[in-house]
Amino acid sequence: MSLIHKTAAELGALIAGGEVTAVEVAEAHLDRMAEVEPKINAFLHIDRETTVEQARAVDARLGAGERLGPLAGVPIAHKDIFATADMPTTAASKILEGWRPPYDATVTSRLRAAGLVILGKTNLDEFAMGSSTENSAYGTTHNPWDLTRIPGGSSGGSSAAVAAYEAPLSTGTDTGGSIRQPAAVTGIVGMKPTYGGSSRYGLIAFASSLDTPGPFARNVLDAALLHEAFSGHDPMDSTSVDAPVPSVVEAARNADISGMRVGVVKEFGGEGYQAGVLARFHEAVELLESLGAKVVEVSCPSFSTALPAYYLIAPSECSSNLARFDAMRYGLRVGDDGTRSAEEVMAMTRAAGFGPEVKRRIMLGTYALSSGYYDAYYGQAQKVRTVISREFEAAFHQVDVLVSPTTPTTAFPIGERADDPIAMYLADLCTIPSNLSGNAAISVPCGLADEDGLPVGLQIMAPVLGDDRCYRVGAAVEQALESRWGGSLLSKAPAL
Amino acid sequence: MSAITRDEVAHLARLSRLALTDDELAHYATQLDAIIESVAKVAEVAAEDVPPSSHALPLTNVFRADEVRPSLTPEQALSGAPAVEDNRFRVPRILGEEA
Repeated sequence: MSLIHKTAAELGALIAGGEVTAVEVAEAHLDRMAEVEPKINAFLHIDRETTVEQARAVDARLGAGERLGPLAGVPIAHKDIFATADMPTTAASKILEGWRPPYDATVTSRLRAAGLVILGKTNLDEFAMGSSTENSAYGTTHNPWDLTRIPGGSSGGSSAAVAAYEAPLSTGTDTGGSIRQPAAVTGIVGMKPTYGGSSRYGLIAFASSLDTPGPFARNVLDAALLHEAFSGHDPMDSTSVDAPVPSVVEAARNADISGMRVGVVKEFGGEGYQAGVLARFHEAVELLESLGAKVVEVSCPSFSTALPAYYLIAPSECSSNLARFDAMRYGLRVGDDGTRSAEEVMAMTRAAGFGPEVKRRIMLGTYALSSGYYDAYYGQAQKVRTVISREFEAAFHQVDVLVSPTTPTTAFPIGERADDPIAMYLADLCTIPSNLSGNAAISVPCGLADEDGLPVGLQIMAPVLGDDRCYRVGAAVEQALESRWGGSLLSKAPAL
Repeated sequence: MSAITRDEVAHLARLSRLALTDDELAHYATQLDAIIESVAKVAEVAAEDVPPSSHALPLTNVFRADEVRPSLTPEQALSGAPAVEDNRFRVPRILGEEA
């Protein structure tokens, strides 16, 4: 089997055992990228030399006897929203074109410390606002299953890179579903850790009370290994949880769910859901039962208002966070001809530098926060957030995990929802509640929809700091389905 | 009745420091109107007595020790600046001519 088809765990073991070097593994992936990037466009920045240099340094560290983690020498694609001192960081926005941060994000520095080799920076919806990567200022990314379809978003470059075997692992950020939804529509694994379980330091902020870094991989164990590598308390992030990282790797290896109580959220399903998605979801629930889980139906009536609450809270936070792009200290500056005022230059720069979705959300947030509207919109949304968290709490008294489809539909065609923001927002219907309440949630592949032959994701939600349960149930589903399919779901994807 | 008028969008654009064209204002007015109508659903949840959550998890202030630690050099801090003069950020005028 070629190096690009191996799992991250296998690559780490081969490198640690001296059977292959980190440089050879990096070069195999860089070659794959050169071959398929013209079709996929997962990356915004690739720099072969910097990558090979990193790999060479890891080989030297291992050669000198340094003990690195299980992923030492394994390549990774890094979402272009994390600061990297040796590569540009743009958040897929014109306003940060060519920007080089003077420091590394905590996630970045932890990847480096664990010996992971960064292959490049991946495409996303501008400032992580979107569900398709169509909002990138640098062109959309294409779904490896069907190049005319979206790879999900906002972390669509990261999902496509892993699904196209350009990288065994990638990073993402999940504010309303931006890891789980792209994972679901490209047939891979994507995890949103408990809020605060992974550091936001050096992550370009969108909605700070929701933004959560997390891993993508082609299987549950690899995702857990990456989760463990970059998570944990960070004094540089004031909302970082000061608690041990849940034992996610152990859970991914365990995969025993006999006696676990699984809740099916009644409110997810029905109108607006694709028949093939629901069919695979119901089969997955039966599978959980056959593996020894006790399945019950759970009602969370306010989940239906999670989407509107999110589209008040996230834009409000974004309108405040993106005020930092003021054309004064870094990034784009337009119209500074010596006669215009700072305020005029600022307004011209922001008009030229932000794309339409970012402008929409900034104005929506400004509206929701303005006096006279605050109580009815932002204030009420914050109360709904409390109600949703309480419904989760009540549900987790009855069951160990909750399950739902990750997305209502499979990957939609590029362009279909680009001009219809409300239709686009629906892609995150099932993922948003977990962002509002901060609990852990994962998406694992559960089959192909009959109508279009495209991947369907199963979402597994666990309580705050119960991240290990997501991996345990995810691994059980993966094991059972892969033995039924005779391989991974991704092995059924058409060749590129 | 629409939830938001073109004039209100122009006001929001001004507050947001976005220099938008007339065409853009008209386009965003239509879209924001539809979005605001759909998010107004939050009013359906009876939550008068519920405290608001600004955050997912309970938080307390986090303090660090008041110690000198390494930080960015002036060169690093200015490395991404659109314009620099005398080791400072150079910005357009912030006061009127007469001031």
